[in-house]
This record gives sequence, C-alpha cells and structure tokens, in this order.
Amino acid sequence: MTVGIVLVSHSADLAEAAAELARELAGPSTAVLAAGGTEDGRFGTSIDKIEAAVSGADSGDGVAILMDVGSAVLTSKALLAELDDDGPDVRLVDAPLVEGAIAAAVTASTGQDLDAVVAAAEQARGMHKL
Amino acid sequence: MDVELCRAWMLRFSELVDAEADRLTALDAAIGDGDHGVNMRRGMKAAVAALGESQPDAPGHVLVATGRALVAKTGGAAGPLYGTGFRRAGKALTDTEVASAAEVGAALVAMLAGIQELGQAVEGDKTMVDALTPAVSAFEASAGDGLATAAEAAAKAAAEGAVATVPLQARKGRASYLGERSIGHEDPGAASTALLLRALAEVTAQS
Repeated sequence: MTVGIVLVSHSADLAEAAAELARELAGPSTAVLAAGGTEDGRFGTSIDKIEAAVSGADSGDGVAILMDVGSAVLTSKALLAELDDDGPDVRLVDAPLVEGAIAAAVTASTGQDLDAVVAAAEQARGMHKL
Repeated sequence: MDVELCRAWMLRFSELVDAEADRLTALDAAIGDGDHGVNMRRGMKAAVAALGESQPDAPGHVLVATGRALVAKTGGAAGPLYGTGFRRAGKALTDTEVASAAEVGAALVAMLAGIQELGQAVEGDKTMVDALTPAVSAFEASAGDGLATAAEAAAKAAAEGAVATVPLQARKGRASYLGERSIGHEDPGAASTALLLRALAEVTAQS
C-alpha cells in the first residue's frame, strides 16, 4: 500500500504523459493516475475525472493531487471542499506538475506516508536545475 | 423569492449567456483563452437541464443544483468559481420556501465569499469579483425597498463594475501573464457576472 498520486492538467495528453513518466521512475507499486482535459475531450478540467482518478489512486494511504494552472487548481479545490470527511485523505500539492509528480511518485514508492510525499513534492518548487 | 422565481432567474441567466456568448468569448479572446462564452453557455444549459430533471422545491435547492451542474460541465475556471458561488448562495438559503430580499442579499454575500475563498481574488484584480462586490453592496443597501428595487440596483452596480475593469491590469488567471497588455479590455468574468444580476433584475421586475 502506498500513497496514490493524481495529476490534473488542462490537457489529457500532458497529464497522461506526466503520469507515465512518474510511473516509469517510481516503479509499478505506485498508483499515478491522470485526470486531464474535459469529459468530451477538450482542453479544460473535469471534476468528475479528478474524482474518479482519486478513487482509483487511493489504496487507503491517501492521495496527493498535483495540478497545472487555473481551472485545474480551482476545480481540484472545489472537489476537496465537496469530499466527505470519511472518504480518502486527499491533499493538494503546491508544486510544479512534472517535477512535483516525479518527487511525489518516487517518495510514495518507498512507502512513506502522505505528509512525506506532499513535502517531497513541494520541495520540487524550489529545486534549482542549473 | 420563491422556487419558481429562482428557477426563472436561472433560466433568464442562461438565455442572456446564450445571447451574449459571442461577446463573452470575444472579451475572453482578448485577454484569456477565448472560451468563456462557449463554456458558460454549455454550463448554464446543463444547469437548466438539471433543474428540469431534479425539480428542486426551494430557491436554495435551485441554486445548489445550478452550482453542481456548473462545476461539472463548464470546463474552465468559471465552472468551479460560479459553481462554488451558487452552491454557497443556495446553502445560505437552506430550505427556506420564500426568501425575503434580506435573505437573497445574504445569499449573494455568501456567493461572493465562496468565490473569493476559492479564487483568492480581491477587488481590483480584474475578475468577476469586481462586478459582484459592488452588486452585493448595492443590493444590501436597498434590500429594505424590496427585491425588485434591490435587484435593479445590483444589476446597475454590476454593469458599472464590469465596465470599470477595462482600465485595470489583471492580477489573476491567464490574463495576469499579459501584464500591462491586459489593460484596455473588459474582464469576461465580470461581464458574465453583470448578466447574472441583470437576469435577477429582469425576473424580479416582472414578478
């Protein structure tokens, strides 16, 4: 059982590719699910897609959601406000989508808890590349 | 405001959004991603359809059902923002069967609070808050004169608030990346908010 990761992007392709990359780096034990685009295949965000991905990614240890910008953030926040208290422990992560996803997924794959996964992903925000 | 009047408000808002969709999209094309009119039209059509199916029995329930449909079907940032606003407004009215002008005012206050909590925008950021804030103040100031009078005052204030976004520099959303180039354009979210209050004024004037 590991923390699940959900990636929310305006683009279904971008979310899926980022999830694929994170899964590749984290290994098969970690659930990294994409929730990109709208239900009818446009650019945008779907609260139902995010909710389904959260359900799919949760194995009892909680779920970290990473988002790109704008409606991806607002829709994820709106979902969080709606979720029942007895549902999965879901956290929004304030981090860049790709870098945060990799950090979160690799940390989750080591069996660390939701707090550690969120902290690792948020560290990606200040990570220097050069 | 009874359930029928509230439903009429939502239907009229949907009609106005539909009629003005091209203008909203054009405003959004100037500083946003050019989909606000299309998104709002889709969202409000879904809301009207949901109201037809669920047949809510109180004005608050109409607003909650509208909010739920907007969050699910709109697609852009307007979906969660309006959706949260309508849901908060609806919850503020609880199960009240006939809401007084003061109670509708309190619902509008709750709508504004919900939108600001979610979007973290303040007045002057060039957003829907710039139309809704003066509208709520105007409504509350004249709520003692009855619903129609308060709604007309709110509609006027919202329209003025929307126009007043033209010289502002955007500090939220995609337009904020444009910096000074966002100046000189009316904010599309403020423009659609003005339609929401215009719809309220029209249906309450007829009731």
